[in-house]
Amino acid sequence: MSQHRKGIASYGAWIPRLRMSRAAIADAHAWAMPGLKAQGKGERALCNWDEDAITLAVAAARDCLHGNGRARPASLTLASTTAPFADLLNAAIVASALDLPAATACNDAGGSLRSGLSALAQALESSAEGDALVVAADRRSAKPASVQEFQFGAGAAALQVGSDAAIATYLGRESITNLFVDHFRASGEKHDYFWEERWIRDEGVSRAVPAATRKLLAKLGKAAADVQWFGLAGAPGGSDKLVAKALGIAPERLLPDFAGTVGDCGTAHAPLQLIHALELAKPGDLIIVAAFGQGCEVLAFEMGEGTHKPAMGLAKAIAARIPETAYLKMASFEGEIDLDWGMRAETDVKAALTQHYRSSDQINAFVGGRCTACNTVQFPRLPNCVSCGASDSQTPFSLADQGGQIATWSADWLQFYLAPPLYVGLVQFDVGARLLMEIVEVGSGGLDVGTRLSMQFRVKARDRKRHYSRYFWKAAPVR
Amino acid sequence: MATGIKDKVAILGMGCSRFGERWDVGSEQLINEAFLEALKDAGIERKQIEAAWFGSALDSVNVGNSAIPLATALRLQGIPVTRVENMCATGTEALRGATYAVASGAVDIALAVGVEKLKDTGYGGLPVPGKGTLNDLWMPYCSAPAGFAQLAAGYRAKYGIDRDLFKRALATVSWKSHQNGTKSPKAHLRKAVEMDTILKAPMIAEPLGVFDCCGVSDGAAVAIVTTPEIARALGKHDLVSIKALQLSSSSGRESGMSDWDGASVPNTRMAAAAAYREAGITDPRKQLSQIEVHDCFSVTELVTMEDLGLSDDGQAWKDVLDGVYNADGAIPCQIDGGLKCFGHPIGATGLRMVYEHYLQLLGRAGERQLNKPTLGLSHNLGGVPYNGVAAISIVGLL
Repeated sequence: MSQHRKGIASYGAWIPRLRMSRAAIADAHAWAMPGLKAQGKGERALCNWDEDAITLAVAAARDCLHGNGRARPASLTLASTTAPFADLLNAAIVASALDLPAATACNDAGGSLRSGLSALAQALESSAEGDALVVAADRRSAKPASVQEFQFGAGAAALQVGSDAAIATYLGRESITNLFVDHFRASGEKHDYFWEERWIRDEGVSRAVPAATRKLLAKLGKAAADVQWFGLAGAPGGSDKLVAKALGIAPERLLPDFAGTVGDCGTAHAPLQLIHALELAKPGDLIIVAAFGQGCEVLAFEMGEGTHKPAMGLAKAIAARIPETAYLKMASFEGEIDLDWGMRAETDVKAALTQHYRSSDQINAFVGGRCTACNTVQFPRLPNCVSCGASDSQTPFSLADQGGQIATWSADWLQFYLAPPLYVGLVQFDVGARLLMEIVEVGSGGLDVGTRLSMQFRVKARDRKRHYSRYFWKAAPVR
Repeated sequence: MATGIKDKVAILGMGCSRFGERWDVGSEQLINEAFLEALKDAGIERKQIEAAWFGSALDSVNVGNSAIPLATALRLQGIPVTRVENMCATGTEALRGATYAVASGAVDIALAVGVEKLKDTGYGGLPVPGKGTLNDLWMPYCSAPAGFAQLAAGYRAKYGIDRDLFKRALATVSWKSHQNGTKSPKAHLRKAVEMDTILKAPMIAEPLGVFDCCGVSDGAAVAIVTTPEIARALGKHDLVSIKALQLSSSSGRESGMSDWDGASVPNTRMAAAAAYREAGITDPRKQLSQIEVHDCFSVTELVTMEDLGLSDDGQAWKDVLDGVYNADGAIPCQIDGGLKCFGHPIGATGLRMVYEHYLQLLGRAGERQLNKPTLGLSHNLGGVPYNGVAAISIVGLL
C-alpha cells in the first residue's frame, strides 16, 4: 500500500449553540412517563430549525480550514446518517459553501454511526495526491419520550489529513464487520428503532471493540498501558468503561463522552472525541478511538509536535451555549409538532434552480464583488458598481470570513419564521460591504447598533411542498 | 431646459371611496364609488376622458395584472389605459402619469385611479411579495414593520435617545392621528386611542407595537386632471393645481454601502428638494399649510418630518412631543388621520392624500377644515427605508 497521507494536519469542530435542558424534556413527559425523570440530567445540543448535517459540517470545516496555511484539500468526504438529501451530493453543498475548487473530489459516506471513522481511515489510507478533508456531522432525531430524545445531540467534526501531518500521525486501524443490529432506521424514516441496551452492551460492544482494539495494539507492538487516550462512540452509555476495563486501560485515560453537555453526535462523535484528545494530548501520546456499528472501527494515532489550533476548536464550541428550556420549541424544531403558523406560512419559497446555479458562488460561498475602479466591496455582485456605477468592474470577494457589526435591526414578530422573532438588520462589514441579513443566535444578550457579528452558513428556506432546503449565510453575534 | 409641472395641470374633480374592511365590495365597486364622485365633481361625462392611469400594487389580491381590469370596471372602451405599480408610491404614480399626459399636450382630460383590496388576503398586514429570483435566494423575508422599525434603531443610535422616551414620541405620532381620524367620515379607524393603550400594545417589530402600525384596509381614490384653461372653460372658478410631482428611487446605496446611518430616508430628501424646487417653495415650514405623509409606521412619520426639512435633524422627536404636527400645531400633519386611520390600500393611498388636500384647499373638509390653507404636500414611501421609492406631490390654489 502506497500511502501519502501520514496523519492529521488540521482539525475543527462545531456544536450547535442551543442546549436543551434534559430536565425540561423530562418535565414535558412526566404526565405519561414519570420514569423518564432519571434521564433529566444535564443538557444536550439542539439544532435550530435552520441547522442540519450540512450546516454543521460547513461550520466544523471552516473551523478546521481557517488560517491553517495549507493548500485547499483535494477531496472532501461528508460522513453522516442524517444528511438532508438522499439523491443530491450533500458533500457538494458543503464544498460550495467552503468555496472549494470544482476539481475537489467530493463524496458522501454514511449508513452507520461508524462511518465518520471509516471515512477518516479511508482518507488516511488513500494514495491520492494532496490533502483530504473528512467531515462527520449529524443532527439526530428521536421520537418524543424516547430515551434517545434525551441522549441524542448534534455536532460536527472536521479533520484535514495530509502527507506532512504535524498534529497527529496515523498508526493504523482495525475493523470488524458483523450484522449485529443494535438499532436501525429504514431509508426515508425519521426515527431509529433500538433493541435492548443491555444486550447491545454485553453481546455487541463488549465483544467486538476489545477484540479489535487488542488486535490493533498487537499489530502496533503496543500494550494497553501505552494508551493515553481512549474513546468509544456509537455504544450505550457506560460501554466505554466496560471496554476499558476489559482491555486494562485505566479509567482516567477515557476520553469524555460529552453525554452531560452535548449528547450523542452520531457519526461525528468518535471524531469529536479524537479532536478532544488532539486539543489536550502531549507529543508522543497514543490515542485510540473506536466507533461501534455493525461491528466496529478502531483507529490509532500518535500525537505529533504540531501546534496549529483551529479558529475555535471543540472546547470553546461546547462552552459557547445558549440555554433552552422550552420543550415545545424543541419539538417544533425537530418537526415533531406542526404548529399553526397561520396563512403567512403559506408563501411559496420555491427556488429557481437556474438562478441558483447562475449565482451559486454568491449564494453558497457568500462571494460578492470588489470594484476594480473604486475598491468598494459589495453584495450582491450586480453588473454596475453600487458606489461608482462602473460596469462589469467587479472581481469576486468573499464575505464569509469577514467581520461586521449591526448597523440597523429589528425583531420581527409578524413575519412567519420558525424561531420567532426573526432578527433582521443591515450588517455593516468592516471591509465596507453592507447588506440586509437574518441574525441568529441572539440569545438573552439582545442586539444593539454596533453588536459584532460573524457569518454562518444556514438553511435559508425549507420548501415544504417540494422538500428542498436551500442555504445562505446569516450573521450571529460574536461570543 | 425643463420647466417642471407647476400650474400646468389642474384637478378637475376628485373622488374617494369609504376606506375600511369593505367585505361588501370588490375592487371594481371601490373604483366605481370613487370614480362616480370624481366624475360628478368634475362635471364631465365619462366619454370625455381620453386616457387613464391605473395604480394597483398587489395583483394577487386585487384584480390581476394589466390595465384591463380598470378599463373593464369603468367600461373605458378604446382609450389608452396604463397600469402602474411602484409599491406604496403607486397612487402617486397614477397621478403622475395622468398629469404628465395633460402637461405634454397629448390629451386634454386624463384619469388617475388607485385601488387596493387588502382584505381579501385572509389575514392582517400585507402579504410578502417575491423580490425576484436572485434576491429571494439571499434577502431575508421580513415584514414591512420590521423594515421600517430599523429606522428607530438607526435614529436612536445616532442621537443617543433613550428607548422609552423615543417610544413615547412614536406613540404621540399615532395618538395625534387617531385624534384627527375621529373627524374623517371616510376613514377606517375613527376612535381616539389613549396613550397608555398605544404604549402597552403587543409588539409587532421592535420597537413598533400594534398602534405604531397603520391600519390595513380596502379603498380607492380617483383624480381627473386637465389644463387650467380647460377647467375654467368648463366653469371651474376655484382651481387646485399641481405644483410639483417628484419621485426618487434608491439605487441600493443605503443598503449596500456604509454611509447611510439609518436615521433618515435619503430618497425622501431628494424627492423633497426636487419638489420644493419645482413648486418654487423656499421655506417649507412657513409655506406649507398642511402635510399628509406616509405614516405606514409611526417612526416613518417622525423621520419624515426631518427629511422634509420641517424639523431640524435630531429634533423631530421633540417637535412631535411638543405638538408641532398636531391639528392645532404649526404644521398640521395627517389632518384626516393619515394611513394610521385610513389604512393603506397601497394603490389608493397617494391619491387619497391628494384628495384631502383638494378638500381642504376648496374648503370642503367639514369639521376638520383648516383655516384657509394654500399649499398641501403629500408623501409616499414605498419598499423599505434603505431601499425604496419616495414620492412627493404638492398641490395648491392657483
